[in-house]
Amino acid sequence: MDHLRDKYIALIAEAADENTLEDLRVQAVGKKGEISLEMRALGKMSPEERQVAGPALNALKDEINSALAAKKQALSDAALDERLRTEWLDVTLPTRARNVGTIHPISQVWEEVTAIFAELGFAVAEGPQIETDWYNFDALNIPGHHPARAEMDTFYTHRTADEDRPPHVLRTHTSPVQIRSMEAQGAPIRIICPGRVYRADYDQTHTPMFHQIEGLAIDKDISMANLKWTLEEFFSAYFGRSVKTRFRASHFPFTEPSAEVDIQCSFKDGTVTVGEGDDWLEVLGSGMVHPSVLSAGGIDPNEYQGFAFGIGIDRIAMLKYGIPDLRAFFDSDLRWLRHYGFASLDQPNLHAGLSR
Amino acid sequence: MKFTLSWLKNHLETDATLDVILDTLTDLGLEVEGVENPAARLSEFTIGYVNSAEKHPDADKLRVCQVQTDEGETQIICGAPNARQGITVVIAKPGVYVPGIDTTIGVGKIRGIESFGMMCSEREMELSEEHDGIIELPNGEVGQSFVDWLAQNDPAKVDPVIEIAITPNRPDALGVRGVARDLAARGLGTLKPLPVTPVAGNGPSSVDVIIDADTTDGCPVFMGRVISGVKNGPSPAWLQDMLRAIGLRPISVLVDITNYFTYDQNRPLHVFDVDKMQGNLRVHRAEGGETIVALDDKEYTLAAGQMVISDDNGPESIAGIIGGAVTGCSDETTTVFLESAFWNNIQIALTGRALKINSDARYRFERGIDPAWTANGLELATQMVLDLCGGEASDVVVVGAIPDVSRSYKLDTDRVQSLVGMTIPADTQRATLTALGFEIDGDQAHVPSWRPDVLGEADLVEEVARIASLTRLEGRPLPRITEGLPTPVLTPIQRREQIVRRTIAQLGYNECVTYSFIDQPSAELFGGGTDATRLENPISYEMSHMRPTVLPGLLQAAARNQARGFADMALFEIGAAFHGGEPGEQHLQATGLLVGRTGPKDVHGSARAVDVFDVKADAEAVLAAIGAPAKVQIMRGVDDTWHPGRHGKICLGPKMVLGIFGEIHPKILTEMGVKGPAMAFTLWPAEVPMPKNESVNRGAVTAPDLQAVERDFAFVVDTDVEALTLVNAAAGADKALIDNVRVFDEFIGGSLGEGKKSLAIAVRLQPTEATLKDADIEAVSTKIVEKVSKATGGVLRG
Repeated sequence: MDHLRDKYIALIAEAADENTLEDLRVQAVGKKGEISLEMRALGKMSPEERQVAGPALNALKDEINSALAAKKQALSDAALDERLRTEWLDVTLPTRARNVGTIHPISQVWEEVTAIFAELGFAVAEGPQIETDWYNFDALNIPGHHPARAEMDTFYTHRTADEDRPPHVLRTHTSPVQIRSMEAQGAPIRIICPGRVYRADYDQTHTPMFHQIEGLAIDKDISMANLKWTLEEFFSAYFGRSVKTRFRASHFPFTEPSAEVDIQCSFKDGTVTVGEGDDWLEVLGSGMVHPSVLSAGGIDPNEYQGFAFGIGIDRIAMLKYGIPDLRAFFDSDLRWLRHYGFASLDQPNLHAGLSR
Repeated sequence: MKFTLSWLKNHLETDATLDVILDTLTDLGLEVEGVENPAARLSEFTIGYVNSAEKHPDADKLRVCQVQTDEGETQIICGAPNARQGITVVIAKPGVYVPGIDTTIGVGKIRGIESFGMMCSEREMELSEEHDGIIELPNGEVGQSFVDWLAQNDPAKVDPVIEIAITPNRPDALGVRGVARDLAARGLGTLKPLPVTPVAGNGPSSVDVIIDADTTDGCPVFMGRVISGVKNGPSPAWLQDMLRAIGLRPISVLVDITNYFTYDQNRPLHVFDVDKMQGNLRVHRAEGGETIVALDDKEYTLAAGQMVISDDNGPESIAGIIGGAVTGCSDETTTVFLESAFWNNIQIALTGRALKINSDARYRFERGIDPAWTANGLELATQMVLDLCGGEASDVVVVGAIPDVSRSYKLDTDRVQSLVGMTIPADTQRATLTALGFEIDGDQAHVPSWRPDVLGEADLVEEVARIASLTRLEGRPLPRITEGLPTPVLTPIQRREQIVRRTIAQLGYNECVTYSFIDQPSAELFGGGTDATRLENPISYEMSHMRPTVLPGLLQAAARNQARGFADMALFEIGAAFHGGEPGEQHLQATGLLVGRTGPKDVHGSARAVDVFDVKADAEAVLAAIGAPAKVQIMRGVDDTWHPGRHGKICLGPKMVLGIFGEIHPKILTEMGVKGPAMAFTLWPAEVPMPKNESVNRGAVTAPDLQAVERDFAFVVDTDVEALTLVNAAAGADKALIDNVRVFDEFIGGSLGEGKKSLAIAVRLQPTEATLKDADIEAVSTKIVEKVSKATGGVLRG
């Protein structure tokens, strides 16, 4: 029996392919294989002989089967290795192009601002970009003869000679939305009004269209001190560091008292850094809503008071993200869009941080 | 508004430094826009004394001077003809920058002899054009700062010029005196008294004045007087210096006096040359069509109703705005009529705007001058004319009456706390208002006549807070509206807009923000460009009309990028499009634009020209993201911005269009200068129905355990049969069993013959109750063939 074992183990080890292996299996353990024949011979043996030879033959059969299986696996592994060896790729080749989209900084910043003010309970109100002069001016305490009207560089819509109604305007600020919102929902109210606004001005720092966010908070006891806190909270959240503000007396027809608000910054080597240093940068106008404006919005100024402010979205985007030229915002230069744009999944929120 | 520091000090007694004054002005709301301080660039020049001067051994015109300075005797070579022993001079030591020659002085040798500085002329220090020799001072100590010397002896030369921005509510600060009053109220000094002594007249004015009855609302009071025997000519140097410092050109003493009062007291005046007048003056409204050549030498045609001052010859002055050239003063003028009137601010604003005249007078009258100062201004100006031009004044002509602008408001001293949030003692509040000219009478504050802006209690609070300084304001938390967590604030459509934006960006598009106005030809191509959306005063030809759709702006952006060498791009914009010119005639569009190829050529050969199915896929993905129904109709028939055969309207019924996708019409591309191919989609996010059910519960998932079976069918149909018709027909064969129908092959022509195509679909059958048997599959297959055949006329391909 040992010679059988030695013979087949040797032959299996030498087998070079699966066919040889199959032939060996048939020769050894197939129905008419040598070991099968030996097993048939068991019947002719004495019980004593059988008791010795039977288990031995079974063991031999198992051993041969195991050897066959192991060799088969080895051959298959070798074949796979050989195939993989030929499947080498130059993985330094470039991939298939995949366009990567971007979000415009104005959209991104507007979502950032919304996220902050939402935390303070400010809803978002929107309104028409073509406005009547009543909503854009009169309701905001800017009557027809007011010098502020001339200073606003307003765009007017066309009227033919035989039309005697006054032209509409492209809203010069988003403040008319405040009036419309007050009319619609009364007080108390907390809203921010984002959107496009228009002024007939075009030079290095002005474009005829830009973006504003106006804020309005009206209640029974809201004061200018609340405004200062709100703006400081806002700027600190927006710039991601503590930002001090400085209020300066000013005048807007729709607020009283009115204040220009500066934020703390440093000017170094032509770069503005917000939230440090001893310099101040003018960023917004604000104040306590003028009683006439409250009345125009249908709110009783003897009962309610509150603040309003207006920030340029483009401007604070430039400040935060170091974007030098306002005009480029509206030029759609692919290089600019890709450089200053934001990833689609980079959605601002307060719990993860506004900016990556 | 410009003024010099010394001019300010004519009205304000103060020791405050320039910097403190500047900071205070800005803090008070009189924002400093600029300051020119000549002293700053002369601060290093000092005074010296020439101990000796001897001829340079090698140069006839040079002198070697030994000059006493604060650092002892030093040697300076000088070429000025007046350089000599015993004069007091101004020295620039080595290291000092000399502005007039744009040079920093160094130590040098001149013809072999060392020189340690420079003795300067006026021009070298930019004090004047004087350059005949070096400055010889009549006095001065060696080592004294030259700036200090100038301040004592010739202050105009080092007088800082301050420019401030005046908000429209503060006409009083358009006079230097008003600025001084604000600073004094802040405690930066005291306001000097300005006594007015009426000039006694020598008899009735030879010029009389009448105001037409219909003009008294525009001109409630008109005062004036004749001054005869005056001598006109150049103003004295001090007056010329004052005006020149603030950027005004001195003209003649009579004109300069009126300008002085305009800036000093916000009191515009006018002088007529009586010898050039005919008859008396009449204040009236123009009938329309009259012309007048004004002092700016331009001719203006008056419109009916505009106020003018006429004599017998016709209009001689556009009231409150600009005088006429004919009666203007010249050096020969000997008799003048000096006018001090009060004009209604609204009427001046309207006339000034209509005639497009920007004068100092209009600027002030339309903001509002002090009506109570009409007479005082006239008296003070008369005195100045007499002082500078001589002559005799007549009695004052007064027509009408000074309008009564007196009013008072309740001063609630707690209001500063409740409105602003600052704690200011009541006494301080009253003192502040008093210093600003208010009269406090019990709890009533009477408004001074020069403050037309104060119209209510809130204005009193503003004044108190402004003078106290808003820098003292400390923030106080804004209470939450509700206790607990904030609730969401975005409206469903706002949220939808954000989802649309981020989905399109995720699909590989770059977001643009383009102008809302475009040029008329482009607007017309996209169905707009009519007068309804036209701007009256566009900033340029390219921005004349509100955009009818977002697409033209993106195409223009694409053309610009192609000009920069970028052929392929994916751009998008979400924003308002304007279907009319009335408020609210705007709607939200989301537009994506693909131009060129899907990417640069690559080793994988995957780049290809963009096609309709790219934008269709993107449009569908965006609609899916905002919850649009999966089952939509794709219809045809849009305006001719799109390729007539390669577009689709995504609809929920014939009138509910959610979006359009397709290829841009080749003619449009040509017009817009874009090299194609170009595909686009436009979606109207607001048209997608909002979910009726607000529940966020999604119900149970349907995931049957039974094996699904997929069967393929190929149908031969006419080429104009749309795949969606076929798919819908097949799906309708057994709605319960058929889970999905998908087109996987289209084959046109070949053995099928002309006008035929083959569409192959894979139908997935999903049993829910029992495993499908061959007979079941056979039955549904037969039904599918029947349905498709009925709907499309197609037959199963053999």
